[in-house]
Amino acid sequence: MPEPVLFRGARVVDPASGTDEVADVLADGGTIAPSSGADATVFDCDGLVLAPGLVDLHAHLRQPGREDKETVESGCRAAALGGFTAVCPMANTDPVADNAAVIHEVLELARVAGTCDVFPVGAITRGLGGEEMAELGEMVDAGVRLFSDDGRCVPSARMLRNALTYVRAFEGVVIAEHCEDASLAEGGQMHEGLTSSSLGLAAQPREAEEVVVARDLAVARLTGGRLHLCHLSSAGSVEMVRRAKAEGLGVTAEVTPHHLVFSEEDLLTYDTNMKMNPPLRAGRDRGELRAALADGTIDAIATDHAPHAVEEKEAEFDQAPFGTIGLETALAAVLTHLVEPGELTLSRAIEALSTAPARILGAGDHGGPIEPGRPANLVVFDPSAEWVVEPPFASRSRNSAFLGRRLRGRVVHTMLRGELVVADGKAQR
Amino acid sequence: MNRHLLSIHDVSAQEIVRILDTAESFREVGTRVIKKVPALRGRTVVNLFYENSTRTRISFELAAKRLSADVINFSTSGSSVSKGESLKDTALTLQAMGADAIVIRHSSSGAPLTLTRWVKGSVLNAGDGTHEHPTQALLDLYTMRDRLGRLEGLRVAIVGDVLHSRVGRSLSFALVKMGAEVMLVGPPTLIPPDAPAWGVQVSHDIDAVLPGLDVCYMLRVQRERQRQQYVPSVREYARRFGLSRERAGMLPDDALVMHPGPMNRGVEIDSDVADMPRAVIEEQVTNGIAVRMSLLYLLLAGSGPRAAGGSAEEAGAVRLPEEVATGA
Repeated sequence: MPEPVLFRGARVVDPASGTDEVADVLADGGTIAPSSGADATVFDCDGLVLAPGLVDLHAHLRQPGREDKETVESGCRAAALGGFTAVCPMANTDPVADNAAVIHEVLELARVAGTCDVFPVGAITRGLGGEEMAELGEMVDAGVRLFSDDGRCVPSARMLRNALTYVRAFEGVVIAEHCEDASLAEGGQMHEGLTSSSLGLAAQPREAEEVVVARDLAVARLTGGRLHLCHLSSAGSVEMVRRAKAEGLGVTAEVTPHHLVFSEEDLLTYDTNMKMNPPLRAGRDRGELRAALADGTIDAIATDHAPHAVEEKEAEFDQAPFGTIGLETALAAVLTHLVEPGELTLSRAIEALSTAPARILGAGDHGGPIEPGRPANLVVFDPSAEWVVEPPFASRSRNSAFLGRRLRGRVVHTMLRGELVVADGKAQR
Repeated sequence: MNRHLLSIHDVSAQEIVRILDTAESFREVGTRVIKKVPALRGRTVVNLFYENSTRTRISFELAAKRLSADVINFSTSGSSVSKGESLKDTALTLQAMGADAIVIRHSSSGAPLTLTRWVKGSVLNAGDGTHEHPTQALLDLYTMRDRLGRLEGLRVAIVGDVLHSRVGRSLSFALVKMGAEVMLVGPPTLIPPDAPAWGVQVSHDIDAVLPGLDVCYMLRVQRERQRQQYVPSVREYARRFGLSRERAGMLPDDALVMHPGPMNRGVEIDSDVADMPRAVIEEQVTNGIAVRMSLLYLLLAGSGPRAAGGSAEEAGAVRLPEEVATGA
């Protein structure tokens, strides 16, 4: 049983209970305890924020298959250092997580690592091929809550219809879509606009995302299924989601820290760490994404943590793979670029990083409320600590879009079911 | 001048004039029996060609040799690159061998800029993907100025697949910079959607444009664009946008026809038109050597010798353009 730990005098921000006040929080035996125990290890948290542990709906942990880029163990350590207590690794591993055996393997690797809860995402179609539905029921039994063919969308509306309809048999199970029309996006290295034109790079228009968002919302309406839209990048997508929610459709959406912080102009030096999919778009899109996050149209922030080998990223732009790592920078990026300038309240930031994704995932142990008897999944961070993003990372990769940037906000402690997996900024395993 | 020439955006209008003026003094070298000056003796120029381009490589090779530089041709087939060597490792290898300048042709946009991260010498972009081909634009400017006496106010149509053309892009940027009026002509699918932001005009009707031109610049049409459904057929393209004899007749008497080569005779340009006196396509090739000599000279001679020794000749070399200009 974990030793009792008392966080003394932290600013407790707990959107699930509507709390934002300075208080003491005691964790004992894996759960939040009602009063301060005499024999607890005490951490003075003056000036620090205590919140429910963060939950990432969208990460790539690369295991099985590309253990040179990341493993479940290294990814979970990176997650814990970033303040996450739950993370959802995507299904595009090798072999693909399209069957219960791979799901069991990932869960076992996570259990051994022991630093972060892992909720593996199952593939919607076999081999992510878009042709045959994977054995969704088997994977639900193995513990899957979220299905996605991430990296591409389900190519046919018919298949999406069947998947959204089929999972209605399972309470709370969600179909997540990476919205991208393959023919419009084909070959596109970045967002289509003035910057792609000046760089002479083949580009994909925001409409490549929007036509699939439109299709998916229509199919969600048809089926009444639970649809989650991954890493939205375009202003037009946001507007469609806003209307769909007003209409009452069961749709949720996420955005990544890098789409909230950067824009197409950050690619002007052909920096491959800024190459991601969906691509960084125009400043106008970024503005709409921020506003939609603040007003709740976009429910959650997800990292799309995508580790890649150094030699793959140190290449010609059109030959480098898409993606940036993000688990270790997500909280600080949001604090620095959204909360500090006043575009997002701290409470809404925590809600988007923890409470909302936990609810979408149906991960009842996560996202608060921080109340006696609840599992002690917590993060404590210093909102004013300044640092420069640079290697070494806990991730096995270092392709961060934030490399060399100064951020404010640093995780001090991360607690998973009462155990300090990160203490004083150091991983304990 | 910047240390590198990666894009037309790297040079100012004033620097372009200097590049063209210096080329003017080097052109005479090509007419001598012994076509060589010692300006870059002891310097090493590497031609690093990831795409086949015999004419551009030969032009750079001749330019460097006429300046007495040592020239290494590194083509990627049959080399370490075909064994999977990365651009970075190739760059570090060339750097370790002391390359003073690397002329790079690559199918990936931005590869020349990426290369500058790993080498100390100058990098010259000899065409990267669908990005830029600045030395082609400069030799085209040289040819226009040479034949028409000015650049400012010239009315130039660039006809064809501008969307995928590094030549069309660099030439547009350079002409706009020098105060020319540029009209991009082609089917809407092959015109960059943001072309107006470049400071150019757009037309889809070549017949309406021809009578008002000083220069009609034809781009090569790649058959691939038909496969990708940008145009219904090469035949329809040739009918609507090819420079036929009849169309060439609509040009003002002293207007030039230009083409960066290699030509598809009978597609974007009729064979007869390509052989007309107003078609200055071979002059472009000849001038290309002088312009590339000028660029290598301006980028390298000012930077001082990499290795010790030969300082007297180096000093002499720095004065060379004036001597050349006076026929010395």
